[in-house]
This record gives sequence, C-alpha cells and structure tokens, in this order.
Amino acid sequence: MAAPQTIRPEDEADEPVPAMQQLLDNPFLLLFIGIAMPTVLYVVWGVMEIVGIPLAR
Amino acid sequence: MAINRNFRTCPTTGLVFHEQADRLIRWNAVAGVVSLLVGGVLALLVTLTRWPAVHLLPADWFYLVLTAHGLDMLVFWIIFFEIAVLYFCGAVLLRCRIAAPRWAWLGFALMVIGAVTNNVAVFRGDSSVMFTSYAPMGAHPAFYLGLILFAVGALIGCFVFLGTLVVARSEGTFHGSLPLVTFGAVTACIIAIFTIASGAIILIPTFLWSIGLVSHIDSLMYRTVWWAFGHSSQQINVAAHVSIWYAIAAIVFGAKALSERVSRTAFLLYICFLQLASAHHLLADPGLTSNWKIFNTSYAMYLAVLASMVHGLTVPGAIEVAQREKGYNRGLFEWLRKAPWGNPVFSGMFISLVGFGFLGGISGVMMGTEQLNLIIHNTIYVPGHFHATVVVGTTLAFMSMTYFLIPVLFRRELMFPGLARWQPYLFGLGMSSFALFMMGAGTLGVPRRHWDITFAGNPLGYEFPGTAYLMMGIMALSGIVAVVGGIAYLLITVGSVFFGKRIGGSEFKALSVREGRASPPAPQPVAAAITGHGSIGIGGFVAPGTFTLALVFLVAFVLYYFVNWKYLSTLWPLS
Repeated sequence: MAAPQTIRPEDEADEPVPAMQQLLDNPFLLLFIGIAMPTVLYVVWGVMEIVGIPLAR
Repeated sequence: MAINRNFRTCPTTGLVFHEQADRLIRWNAVAGVVSLLVGGVLALLVTLTRWPAVHLLPADWFYLVLTAHGLDMLVFWIIFFEIAVLYFCGAVLLRCRIAAPRWAWLGFALMVIGAVTNNVAVFRGDSSVMFTSYAPMGAHPAFYLGLILFAVGALIGCFVFLGTLVVARSEGTFHGSLPLVTFGAVTACIIAIFTIASGAIILIPTFLWSIGLVSHIDSLMYRTVWWAFGHSSQQINVAAHVSIWYAIAAIVFGAKALSERVSRTAFLLYICFLQLASAHHLLADPGLTSNWKIFNTSYAMYLAVLASMVHGLTVPGAIEVAQREKGYNRGLFEWLRKAPWGNPVFSGMFISLVGFGFLGGISGVMMGTEQLNLIIHNTIYVPGHFHATVVVGTTLAFMSMTYFLIPVLFRRELMFPGLARWQPYLFGLGMSSFALFMMGAGTLGVPRRHWDITFAGNPLGYEFPGTAYLMMGIMALSGIVAVVGGIAYLLITVGSVFFGKRIGGSEFKALSVREGRASPPAPQPVAAAITGHGSIGIGGFVAPGTFTLALVFLVAFVLYYFVNWKYLSTLWPLS
C-alpha cells in the first residue's frame, strides 16, 4: 500500500500569504488601526462637535 | 549585559516559564487579588447600604466607599490581572523570555504607587467623586496623580508585552501566526493602549486644574474624552476574558477553535469597533449630534457585538466538538452534561460565558440604542449591566484561570478543593442574580449611585412601587451570596499560595536561544485535513448543541429588545 500523502510545512510556505492573513499577523499594523479608528470616529469627531457648539451670548 | 535566560518547564502542562516573566505574572496577579480584597469589602458595605431595609452607612461614607469600590474593582483589580494575563500570553505561551524586565518592574512599581496614592486620596474623605470623577466636581490632586501613575505603569506593561512578541519572533520560539489566545491578548493590549492614552489626555489637564494651573475644564469635553478611558477600560476586559475562555477550552478539553480565521476576524472587529461603544454613556447628553451617537453605538457597536456573538458561539462549539470526539456524541447535550462541572476552571468559565452573553450582552445592546437608553439612563440598570459583564464575565473568568495557575505558576496544591468546586456557583449565580435584580429595579426607575431611594426628609420626594423595594432587597441578598463566593475565592487562593503544599520537579535552568527555538510543525496527513470532524455531530452539524443554544440566545435577544420598545411606547406616548 502506498504511504499516505502529507501536507508539508514547506509546501505551505511556498504559497503567497493572503492580505488578510498579513494584516492579522502584524500586531503593529493592528495597533495603528486600533488607535486610529476610535481616535478619529469617537474622540476627534466628538471633540469637533463640542467645539462647534455656539457660545451663549 | 547578560540577559536572563533561565527557564523552567511545568511537568504537568509542559508550559515554559521564563524566570522574570514568572515573577512578574505572580506579582501582578497578587496585586490584583489584594485590590479585589479591598474592593470586595467595600462591595459588601455598598450592598448593605443600598438595601433599603438595612441602609447601613451614612451618606458621606456611602459615596466615599462607592468611589473606592469602583476604582479598586474596575481599574486596579482588573488591570493588574490583565497585565499578568498579557505576560502569560506573551512570554509563557510563546515560550520566550520577557522583553525588558526592568521596564516591566518599573511599570509594576508605578502601578502599585498609583493604586495606593489614589486609594489614600479617596479614604482621606475629600475625593468622593465616584469612579467617573466628572469635572467640575473636583477631587484631591493625589486622586488624579494616582490614576496617571497607574496608567503610565500599565502602558509600560503593554509595551513590554509587544516587545515580547518581537523577541519571540526574532528568537524563533513560534512558527507562523500567533496562537489564538495570544492574538486575543494582542487585542486587549491594543485596546488598553488607546484607553490609557485617552485617560492621559483628560486626566493630566484635570490634575493641572486640581492644583490651580488650568482655570477651567469643560464638563462635556471631560465626559466625552473620559469615557474613551472609562468604558474602553472595560473593553480590555472583554478581549482579555474571551482569550481566557479560549485558553480554558484548550486547557480543560484540548479544544481548538472551530475556525481560527473566524475567531481572529472577530478579534479584528473588536480592535476596530469595540472602543466606540463608549458613546452609549453620552446618549442622553445634549451637545453631541445623533449622527455621532448613532454611528458610534448603533452601527459600530453592533459590529463589536457581532464579534462577541462569534466568540460566544465558537468557544462552546469548540468544547462541544472536543467532547464529541471523545465519545460524548449522543443527542444534543451529552457533551455538556458530561462536562467536568466539578472542576472550577471549567464551571467558572462556562458561567462567565453564559452570564456575559445573556445578561451583559443583551442588556448592553439595549442600552446602546439611543431611544431605549432613555428608559434606563442613570438608573441602577447601568451597574446591573456592567456587573454582568465585568463581574460575571471578566472577574469570574479570571477567578477560574487562577485555579489553573495556582499549581502551574505558583507551584502549590489547591487548598480547600471541596470549597473550590462550589465557589464559581456561589459567586457566579449570586452575581448573576444581583445583576438581574439591579436591572429589574432600574427598569422601574431606581437611580444609580443614590444613597436613599426613599428620599426621606427631602422636600421633593418620590415614591417607588413596592416591587422596586422587593427587587432591591433580593439584589442585596444575592450580593451577599456573591460576597460569600468572593470570600471563598480569596480564602482558597491566598491559602494555597501561602500555605498550600509545594509542588516540586520544576526548577529554573539556563537555556540558550538555539535550545528555545520551536521545532518545525509536523506534516499533517491529507486525509485528516480533508475529512475534518466527519464522524461526529447530528445532521451535518458538528456542534448542534451549541447551534441550539445560539438560537435560544437569539430568541431571548429579539424578545427582550422588542419588549423594551413596547415598554418605551407606554412610558412616552406619542399619539
């Protein structure tokens, strides 16, 4: 009987790494996204709205 | 300069501990448990005061104790333990040395000094400003200084964790992607860095205001930026305890995530959207537009909720698959019935998962809806929600992890094993009931942070229905059960760490970088990769029991959501 075929790690290494996998494997890129998104969408947007409130005369 | 490369291998689990990482994890965990002890005593005093039939403390003491309870539990206990989790998920799971241990010790020292300084400021009696410390309500400068020092220390801890990932990669202690549990810790770390930076942005000017160097702090600006710290600090918990759920599923059952890709994508949703949910605290504030409020809560927050639902499905799903592969394959729930319910590591984790999802998760979505938020804003419903998330979800997950760490990390046998079997039930079910009745009373309008709901002696009184008093009473009784569970936890952990029987056979020894390298992954038979879990499950589903539980959850979710819309329509008739 023929020996069972195996998936060797070097075969996997030859394949290009998908973009999503590259993103998930880069903690510093994730850090940038995780800081930038809430800073822009929550802090900066919120602060701009507060600053834009007209002062009472 | 020589680098400490002393490692030991746990004979039971095979986990590899770097000497400095081992010490840092232990000291951070111990500091966390000390904070839990202080916060727990204060929790009992708060509960006995909010129980209308007892009404224990006078008003000034109540607000002082409530402030200290909030800070010791929501900040100090949780973040000390989270730093321990980060070091564990970094240095231990990646089998490498910890980066920059001297910086890590400096961070720990700053955290301890900050926590003590803040507590001293509160117990002096002139800083009873609650956890939120809303300006223009001012506290003693030491209050803000303590928080800033603690935050700087925690930030150093986060960067030490990120440095450890770099060390592990460069020294080749793992191949390919980070393990899923470590990836969850990366998520917690990223949220922590945003949280701490936001805290610094608002607490540093507030500190300068408290010493007279800044003339004015805008109250709405304070609230907006502060909540990026205050709520996001609780989102670190979510990422950390979800990582612990995955870790415990692997430890107890040898379970692997149903789909690592899906679980990692869910963590990515946390990184992108979880912090934005902070906006739900400002849903009743004038000045911020509905665009900002609804985008941050109803749109962005739902993507984070989706991620939590993915984790809530994949963790029990992974356990179910592991159990079915061991032969517990009959019917929908044999895998669950035959689970080790007497093992506190598992029972605590599972109660944490169910309580977090059903109580904390559903109520969180309800609160995050701008219109529904009006029903419960600033009522005791809000602490009901976060006791379900932070206490049932996070604290119980951390407690269950401790039962694993005592023999593995502290190398001591667990004392009082019979009590340990019951502890997660006492604490988890007591706290679930506590949170549930808080939410019930809040739905009837009982305010949060209020010393006396009878308004005795006040010119403008308000009479709550008898049901509200009943719920507050049951809440307090449930709280006492949970406190008993908390005392049991402290008794078991402190007793085991100091007086437990020593476990030998695991001494530190020098290991070169070459010896520490991970061996290449073993080849997998193609047949196994193609067939997967072919022989288990029912009707083509590998985890039908989890699927059924998920449907129950969705029905509960939809019903509760619509019941609240109906309730809103009766409170605020529009026709």
